[in-house]
This record gives sequence, C-alpha cells and structure tokens, in this order.
Amino acid sequence: MSEAVSTWLQAGASPLFWPTIVLLALLAGFSIYRTAGLEGNRWVGTLTAAVFGLWLVFFWEVLVRCLDVSRVLLPAPSFVLASMADHAPKLWGDFVQTVGKAVLIGWALGCGLGFAVAVAIDRMPFLQRGLLPVASLTSAVPLVGIAPIAVMWFGFEWPSKAAVVVLMTFFPMLVSTLAGLKASGKLERELMYSYAASYTRTLVALRLPSALPHIFNALKVNATLALIGAIVAEFFGSPTSGLGFRISTEASRMNMPLVWGAIVVAAVTGSLAYALLVALERRAAFWHPSIRGTK
Amino acid sequence: MHKEIEPPVSALGRPGGKTKKTPLQRFWHNGLPVAVVLLSVLLAWYVAAWRLNAPGAIERVLDEEAGYTQRELFEATMSMERPLMPAPHQVVADFYESLTEWPVDNPRNLLYHVAVTGQSTLIGFVMGTALGLLLSILIVHSRTLDRALMPWIVASQTVPVLAIAPIVLVILGTLGFSGVAPKAVIAMYLCFFPVTVAMVAGLRSPQTIETEMMHTYAASRWQSLWLLRMPAALPFLFPALRVGVAAGLVGAMVAELPTGAVAGLGARLLTGSYYGQTTQIWSALVMSALLGLTLTASVALVERMVLRNRGAVA
Repeated sequence: MSEAVSTWLQAGASPLFWPTIVLLALLAGFSIYRTAGLEGNRWVGTLTAAVFGLWLVFFWEVLVRCLDVSRVLLPAPSFVLASMADHAPKLWGDFVQTVGKAVLIGWALGCGLGFAVAVAIDRMPFLQRGLLPVASLTSAVPLVGIAPIAVMWFGFEWPSKAAVVVLMTFFPMLVSTLAGLKASGKLERELMYSYAASYTRTLVALRLPSALPHIFNALKVNATLALIGAIVAEFFGSPTSGLGFRISTEASRMNMPLVWGAIVVAAVTGSLAYALLVALERRAAFWHPSIRGTK
Repeated sequence: MHKEIEPPVSALGRPGGKTKKTPLQRFWHNGLPVAVVLLSVLLAWYVAAWRLNAPGAIERVLDEEAGYTQRELFEATMSMERPLMPAPHQVVADFYESLTEWPVDNPRNLLYHVAVTGQSTLIGFVMGTALGLLLSILIVHSRTLDRALMPWIVASQTVPVLAIAPIVLVILGTLGFSGVAPKAVIAMYLCFFPVTVAMVAGLRSPQTIETEMMHTYAASRWQSLWLLRMPAALPFLFPALRVGVAAGLVGAMVAELPTGAVAGLGARLLTGSYYGQTTQIWSALVMSALLGLTLTASVALVERMVLRNRGAVA
C-alpha cells in the first residue's frame, strides 16, 4: 500500500475522512443502481450482485481499518485472507477431515440408503403410508442433537460425524424419492402398460428417470444439510481437526480471522457442491422441462 | 410373468372416482401403518439396547465367574445405571420423573430448559419473520435491491449459515449482550433466509392479469400490496415459516453450546455428554423433538386457520 493511502487510512480523524466515505458511498449506490438498470441475459443480472458484493467488501475493509474496529469484533477481509494463507495447511486438514471424510461418506451413505429404502418400499403401499408421515415429521426435529450420542457410540473421529450426517440426509432423500416415483405421467405409465412392460422395466425406463428432478433436489438440499450436520456435530466434541472444531475452538480463543477463514472454506464448499450438483443434473435430466426451459 | 404387471390406476377406469371413507376406515388406512412403523422402531430400540448394553452389563453388573442366564443378562441390560443405549422405558421414566419430581423452575425439570430454548427460538422467529417480510417487500418493489441482494440471499441457502453462530456469540458477547439476545439473533438469521426467499416468490406470484386489474382500479402500491400481493403470498409464506421455526430451534440449541452450557435443551445435551448421563441425553432429545414438533404444528395450525377462510386449503 502506498505511503499516501496508508497515511490517509490512519488519519481516521482527518476532516476529509467522512466526506470521502460519503462520496464513495454515493458512488457505490449509483454504480449499483446503474448496473441494476442494465438489460441483458442472466449474467448481467448477477453482475449487480457482484458489484454490490465488491463494494461491501471494500467498505468493510476500509471502515474496519480506519475506525480501528477490534479484530475480535470484525476482522477486515484482508486479515481473514492473510490468516487463511498463514494457516492453509491447517485449514486443508480441516477440510479433508470434515468434508472429505464425514460429509462425503455420510452424504453418500444417507442419500444411498434413503434412495434404496424408497425403491424397496415402492411396491408396499402399507409401509409407504407408515413411513412417509414419520419421515416428513423428522424435518421439524433437531436431528443434530443426536451428535453427543453418536460421539459416545462411534468415538470422537469422523465416523460419529458421518453417522449424524447419514441420519440427517436419509429422510429428505426418502421423502423426495417416494414423491419422485409418483411423478411420472399417467399417459406414459399407460403406454408402458400397453407395451406389457414389466415392473422393473417400467421402473428403470420410465419412473426412475422421471424421478430424477426430485432426487437431485434432495441431493442438493442434503449437501447443505450434510455440511451443517458435520460442522455442528463437531461443536459437540471432535478430534483436533475439522471445520467445526476449528470454528468453535478458535472462537473461544478469540482468533476471529481464522474462524472467518474456516467459515469461508465451508461456504465455498457448500456453493461449489451445489453448483456441481446443478451441472450434474443438467447432464442427467437434460430432457426435463424444468431444465430445457432455462436454456 | 404377466401377473407381475400392475396396471396404472387409470387404466382400470374406476367409475365414479374414489368413495369417501368413514373416519374409522381412514384410521385403519393411515393410522395403522404409522402405528406399525412406530412399534417396529420401538422394538428395534429394545433390541439395540439389549445388544449394545450386553458387554457393559456383563462387565459391570453380572458376576462372570458365577455365570448368568440369558434372562439375567437381558434384565441387566434393561436397567443399567449409565447404559450405552438406554431402553425406551428408562427414557420415559427419566422424562416423567424430571417433569413431576421437580418444580418447573428447577434445572432438573426439562420444562425449564424448554422454556429457555423455546423463548429464544420464538423471539428469533418473530424477529426473523418480520425482517424477512420487510426485506421481501423492499426487494419486490426495487429492481436495484432485487438484483443486488437476491443472488446473495439465494446463494446463502447453499451455505452452512449455522456455522456463523459462534461468531455471532463472540461479537454480541464483546458488545456486552448475553442471555437470550445472542441466541435469539442466531434463531433470527436462520429464520430470515427462507422467509425472504419464499416471500419474494410469493409477492411476485399474482399473474399479470391481476396486477393489471389493480392498475385499472388505480390502486396505489400499498393497496395492491395489501389487497393482492400479500394474500397471494400467504401460501408461500407458511411452508417457509415451518422451515424457519425448525431451523431457529436448531440455531437456539447450537447457540447454547459454547455459553458454558447453563440452561436450555442444547446445554442439557452437552452436560449429559460431559457426565456420561445417557438417559439424560435421550430424554433431552425426546423433549427437543417434541418442542420442534409443537412449534411446527402451531405454525401449521395458524396456516390452516388463516388459509381456510380463503378456500385455499381443501
């Protein structure tokens, strides 16, 4: 940072400081207003959000630095980035521990089990009527609370977190798959019937493909749920690495830049996982009206 | 081979549609399967308690030298002091004891913790809903706000926002807030996101023909918001409220963890795990499940009352 800028930054008390900030704020507001007025495809639409985000980070940085806000209260973005760079190996270890092991394995197992059970009870309306209300009610129940018990059963390492994730992701997948299996059109089902297609054939050729949007929805919701589950489960007790462990211990040590860093890692992971699943859905269910319509 | 094929319902062409069922028939149709599922869960729980507690029971309760019968082993697993998996009747007994043996303002009574957690959840829920409503109204009326904020709010749904809870606690703690306020703030921001997303969709749901009609009536923005957009958005609002109140409860419980675990259901879970009081953890879990169900059910009840008058719910 050049000499002039840093003296200006330190001179929070200088009479020119607040007028400059107000001027910049006006400029920011005007630029956001103008970009929002632009017509065009959806990239122009998200451009406004990007401009807004950049201005927000800018003001965050400048105000926190100039007003000398304590690092505990709100660290400047540059501090967060620096702390992330300093502790990169640590954060990478946390990422592997939480996302690579607990989330990925728990998510795959939970979604797989939910899907398998849904397909298995597809021909048992009795069980469906019994399981569906119970499964839907679980969304109102704080399932993460099971974490201390999971720790007791499976130990402090990642399997206990994966167990929590399995429990949290199982029910949404079950409910969505059951709904998806009912989503195929009457006309198509009658066509399969007129072809004398067997149950399995109808399932594979018609009902599972038409369930794909529902299944992908559950996969996407579950990706976020799995991250929340693993991180919160680590709040309850964990080995000496993991994103949740990092967040809770560094917060109790008031090392806020690193806490923010761990949250940035979690947030980026969540968004990337979501984007990946959306891309996958576009390839797998390219024929579905909901996807064809957005091209 | 051909018998395997089940015709789709419409292929049978059932005449006259479905016949209406009597309440008793409906109970057998819907209630019985649920009861069967719940009973099997209970049975599985007992089996799990028996299998999981057996090693501990052999080691701590039974005399290995003298030998024991399977019946003694089973009985020992069902009544252990600190079992790996408490049997359902132990949890029920603990639950009942905590509700009846202690006054409501005693930390040993679960209702005390329900009050603590429920209070912060509800305060946060009300604040989050109000904030979400306000912001969604602004977003619907301002293209700039819509373009600048909406992508971030939508993206926040893919991010584990609950992870920010410790930061909120530290920030509010440094500013001198303690007690209900930090928990309510966490519950608030968790309720806020789903309500905003749903209300923006809901306020935009009236069709062009309806908004144009308001226009021809020379209705002001306020009138068309109040008479058209708001009523149209209600069916979108309530599912979001149900999601929000459940998320708020989780937030309030998580917020209780780092505060020294003084009071609340989350704190109860944590102290239980510190001291290996498994039965206490389970009854706290059952209580938080009941609280979650009650909160969502109350929202659903309000939903029915509000929407029934408008014929939106059959």
